[in-house]
Amino acid sequence: MSTPTSAGTILTVRVRRQDRPQDRPYTQIFEVPYQSDMNVISVLQAIAARPVTADGQATTPVAWDCNCLEEVCGACSMLINGRVRQACSCLVDELLRQGPEISLAPLTKFPVVRDLVVDRSRMFEALKKVRAWIPVDTYADIGPGPTISTEQQEQMYPLSRCMTCGCCMEVCPQFNDASDFIGPAPIAQAALFNLNPVGKMTASERLRALMGPGGITDCGNAQNCVKVCPKEVPLTWAIGKIGRDTTIEAVKRWLLK
Amino acid sequence: MSKQRVVIVGGGLAGLAAAMQLAEDEIAVDLISMVPVKRSHSVCAQGGINCVNKFTRAQGDTEWNHFEDTVYGGEFLNNQPPVKEMCYWAPKVVDLADRLGVPFNRSPEGNLAVRRFGGTLYKRTVYAGASTGQQLLYALDEQVRRWEAEGRVKKYEFWEFLGPILDDRGVCRGCVAQDMFSLEIKAFPADAVLLATGGCGLIFGKSTMSMVCTGGASARAYRAGALYANPEFVQVHPTAIPGADKLRLISEAARGESGRVWVPRKKGDPRHPNEIPEAERYYFLEERYPKYGNLVPRDIATREIFAVCKDGYSVNPNTYAVYLDLTERATGVKAEVLRRKLGAILETYQKFRGVDPLSEPMQIFPAVHYSMGGLWVDYERDGHSGGLRLDSPRNQQTNVPGLYAIGEADYQYHGANRLGANSLLSCIFAGLIMGPAIRALFRDLPGGSVDKQPARLFEQAVGRCKEEMAALLRKDGPENPYRLHRELGELMTRNVTVVRNNAELKQTLVELDRLGERYERCGLSDRGPWTNQTLSFTRALGDMLMLAKVIARGALLRDECRGAHYKPEFSIAPPTAEQPDELREQARQWCRKYHAQNQQWLKTTLAKWTPQGAEFSYEPVECDSIAPRPRTYGLKGAEIIDEVWKAEVAEAAGQKAAAAH
Ligand SMILES: Cc1cc2nc3c(=O)[nH]c(=O)nc-3n(C[C@H](O)[C@H](O)[C@H](O)COP(=O)(O)OP(=O)(O)OC[C@H]3O[C@@H](n4cnc5c(N)ncnc54)[C@H](O)[C@@H]3O)c2cc1C
Ligand code: SF4
Ligand code: SF4
Ligand code: FES
Repeated sequence: MSTPTSAGTILTVRVRRQDRPQDRPYTQIFEVPYQSDMNVISVLQAIAARPVTADGQATTPVAWDCNCLEEVCGACSMLINGRVRQACSCLVDELLRQGPEISLAPLTKFPVVRDLVVDRSRMFEALKKVRAWIPVDTYADIGPGPTISTEQQEQMYPLSRCMTCGCCMEVCPQFNDASDFIGPAPIAQAALFNLNPVGKMTASERLRALMGPGGITDCGNAQNCVKVCPKEVPLTWAIGKIGRDTTIEAVKRWLLK
Repeated sequence: MSKQRVVIVGGGLAGLAAAMQLAEDEIAVDLISMVPVKRSHSVCAQGGINCVNKFTRAQGDTEWNHFEDTVYGGEFLNNQPPVKEMCYWAPKVVDLADRLGVPFNRSPEGNLAVRRFGGTLYKRTVYAGASTGQQLLYALDEQVRRWEAEGRVKKYEFWEFLGPILDDRGVCRGCVAQDMFSLEIKAFPADAVLLATGGCGLIFGKSTMSMVCTGGASARAYRAGALYANPEFVQVHPTAIPGADKLRLISEAARGESGRVWVPRKKGDPRHPNEIPEAERYYFLEERYPKYGNLVPRDIATREIFAVCKDGYSVNPNTYAVYLDLTERATGVKAEVLRRKLGAILETYQKFRGVDPLSEPMQIFPAVHYSMGGLWVDYERDGHSGGLRLDSPRNQQTNVPGLYAIGEADYQYHGANRLGANSLLSCIFAGLIMGPAIRALFRDLPGGSVDKQPARLFEQAVGRCKEEMAALLRKDGPENPYRLHRELGELMTRNVTVVRNNAELKQTLVELDRLGERYERCGLSDRGPWTNQTLSFTRALGDMLMLAKVIARGALLRDECRGAHYKPEFSIAPPTAEQPDELREQARQWCRKYHAQNQQWLKTTLAKWTPQGAEFSYEPVECDSIAPRPRTYGLKGAEIIDEVWKAEVAEAAGQKAAAAH
C-alpha cells in the first residue's frame, strides 16, 4: 500500500479513444491534478475542462456516458485498469493503490460510438424478447396488487436492481458480436418476472424466448458474470432457475404434442 | 389508434407515466430523451413515495391529512385543487405501482411496509429498499417497452429537445430535437408536446441531481414564451455527502428509520463521535422541535443545521457538517433491520466514504436537491370535489396552447417547500392524468390538427436550430465552458441557497451578467460533427445562465421568508418576552405581520422572457380549502403564536357570523 496521495500530485491517465464507430482506436495520455474525493468521473471532467494531452497537444474532451453519478443508472460502465466497472463509484484513491497510472477504455462487447461511449441497445432489445414486464389488464384503478410475502420480496428485489449496465455481458465468454447469446442480464430479468404472482401466468412465453438458439443453453456456466455485477444481481441463481424451468417447459410441450 | 400524435420529452417517472397511459388510450407517442429512459434521473430517488395506507388509516389518517401536510409543508404557496386531487389519488398510484410489480418492502402479513418521512406525523411512505425511484422507474420503463414492442410508442433515445415549434397563432405544433450522435436536427410535428424534463440542479454546480438536470429544456420553452413560475424556490436537502463531482444524497428515510442528527455539545470536540457520551450530544432538532423531531421539513432542518454550524458546532472544520447517526446505540434499532430497509444508502456511504454508517455516525452536509419552481401550468378546478376536472385539457398545460409540462419540470404541487416522498407521487400522478387531458384536447383541437400545417413551419424551425448550432460551433474564444459552469455553480451555491440577502443577490446578478459576457467569448474544444458532448453542454450552459438570472431575480424581488426562500432581513422577530401579557402582545404583533406578509406575498411568481431579461408578475394562489396559518411545526417557544392565531381566527369567524345575522 502506498502512502496517502497528497494535493499537488499529478495523475497520469491513459485513455483509449476512437473518433467514430468505423475509425481506428488510438491512445492519449493526460495529466490531471489530484484532488481528494476524486472518482473517475471527476478525472474525465477535469480533462474536459482542460483538454490538453500530457505532451501539450490540444485535443477534444473525451466522450463518455454518465448520468446519476451514484451507481444506479448504469450508464458509465467502462474498463478501468482493465477491469469492467462503473466510473462513478470508482475512487481514484483506490486506483492509486493499484499503481501510479489510470487507464480507461470502452467496453469491448458493444459497438463503440465514440471514445468511451458504446451502444448497448442490444441489451434493451433483449428485454423486449424476454417480455420483461407484467402484462397488467389496465392502468385504471382496479385495486391493490397481489399479497406478497417478505420472502418473495427479498427474492425479487435483488433481481430488480439490474441497471442494464452491461458489465456482466462484457465478461461473459459466450456473449459477443459473433454469437446470438442473449447474455446473463436479460435471463435474470426473465427470472424476475416469472417470480411475480401475475408475471408467472405468462412464464412460458419468457421461457420459450430463452429456449431456442441464443437462449439459455448457450450459457457455458463460466460464472464470470456474477463476479463483476456492481449490483450483486444473483445471476448464477437466475441462470440455474431458468435452466431448470426451460427443461420442465420443454418436457411439458413434448407431452402436450 | 388516434391519428393525432403526442411528443413526450423526457422519460423519467413523469414522462413514462404519461407515455404508458397515452399508449393504453391508443394515442401514438414519440418519446424523446437525452439518456436511455431507463437511466433517467428518477432512478436516484431513494426513500419512497407517499400515500395514505391501511396502517395510517387505522390511526385516523385520511387523504385530507396528506393534502393538509403537503400544503402546510409548502407554506401555502401551492394551488390547492391540484394538490388535493393528487393526495386523493396517491393510494391508487401506489396500487398501480404494486400491480406493475414494484418490489415494495412488505409487512409480516404481506402488506406494503411503511415508514415516516419529514413534515408529517404519520408513516405514510411506502418504499422498495432504499432505491424506490429506481424500482418505480423500472416498472414504468417496462410498461413503455411493452407498448414499444406493440408499436404504440416510438423512442428516440440520445436525442435532445431544442425547442417547441409554435405556429403564427402561438399554438405549439411539435418540437425540434437533435440526435446526439449524428447531430441530425429534425422536426417532430405533434398535436401536443409534453415536457417531462426534470429539474435544474446543475445551475448550482454540484447538487444531488444527475448530469442531465440542467433545466435546458425548460429554459428553451421559457425562451419560446412559456411562463416560468416560482423560480426562487429551490430545495436544499439537509443530508448529503460531498464528492468531487457530485453531492450524494443520504435519504430522509435514514431519519424516517430512527436516524438522529446531532453535534457535540462542546464546540470542536476532538473526540471520535463514538466516544462522545449521550449527555454530551446536542440533538438539536429533537430538542427544538419535540413534536416532529428529526423529521421536520427539509427547509427547516437545513436552516437549523446551518444555524448550529454558524454558531461553531460544525463537526468538520472546513465546512458545515453535522452527524447523522444510525448506530444501534443512538437509534435502538438492530443493524440487520436497518440493512434490510436502507441497504442502498448504506452502500452509498460505504462506497463513497469508506465507512460503515451502522458502526459510526455519518458526517452529512446540506446540498441543492430539488426545484419547486418550474414551468407554469394551468388546471381546472372541479366545483364539486374541490379537486380537478380530469377531462379538462387545461390540466398541466403551459400558457402556450398544446405545450404541457409534468414532473419536476412543472411548478405545480410543492409550493415553497416539497415534502419528502411527494415528488415521485406528483411525477406519476401528473403523467397519468395526461391521459384524460390529452383525450379532451384531441376532441376539440384549437386551430385544427397538425397535419394541416404547412411543411414550411417545420422547415423554418429546423433551419433556425441549425443556424444556432452553427453559431455555437464557430465559437473559438478563450473561455472554457466547463470551467465557466464551475464558477456559475460556486456563485449560485454561495449566494442563492439557504440564506439569502438582497445585497448579495444584487451582487450575484452583476456577476451573472459578467459570466454571461464571458460565455459569449467561450470556445468549443470540440467542433466536430459526431457525438459532440461539448456542443450539447455549452448550449445547456447558456440556458443555465439564463435560468440562474431568473432564479436570482425572483429571490431578490421576494422580500419575505417562505419555505425554502429565507431572507433574514425580512424574517418576523419571534415573541420572546418573559411577562405573559407582553408575550401575548408580541405574538399578536407577529400574527399581524404574518398576515400582512401573506397579503403581499402569498402569490405565485411568474417570469416571462423578454429580450431585455425576465419580466416579473405575481398571481394569487388558490387557497380554497385550507386557510394559511403560521408554520411553526411545534417549535419550542412558538406555542403562543399558534394559540393567538387560533384565537384571532375564531374571533374573526364569530364577527363574520354576527354580521351575517
Ligand atoms: C438523490 C435524490 C433522491 C430523491 N429521492 C426521492 C424520494 O425518495 N421520493 C421522492 O418523492 N422524490 C425523491 N427525489 C426527487 C425525485 O426523484 C425527482 O423529483 C423526480 O424523479 C423527477 O422526475 P421527472 O420525471 O420529473 O424527471 P427526471 O427523472 O429527471 O427525468 C428527466 C427526463 O428528461 C430528459 N431530458 C432532460 N432534458 C432533456 C432535453 N433537453 N431533451 C430531451 N430529453 C431531456 C432526461 O433524459 C430524462 O429522461 C429525489 C431526488 C434526488 C436527486
Ligand atoms: S455463467 Fe458464464 S456463460 Fe453463462 S452468462 Fe454468466 S458469464 Fe456468460
Ligand atoms: S446484471 Fe448486474 S452487471 Fe449485468 S447489467 Fe444488470 S446490473 Fe449490470
Ligand atoms: S453515472 Fe450512473 S452508474 Fe455511473
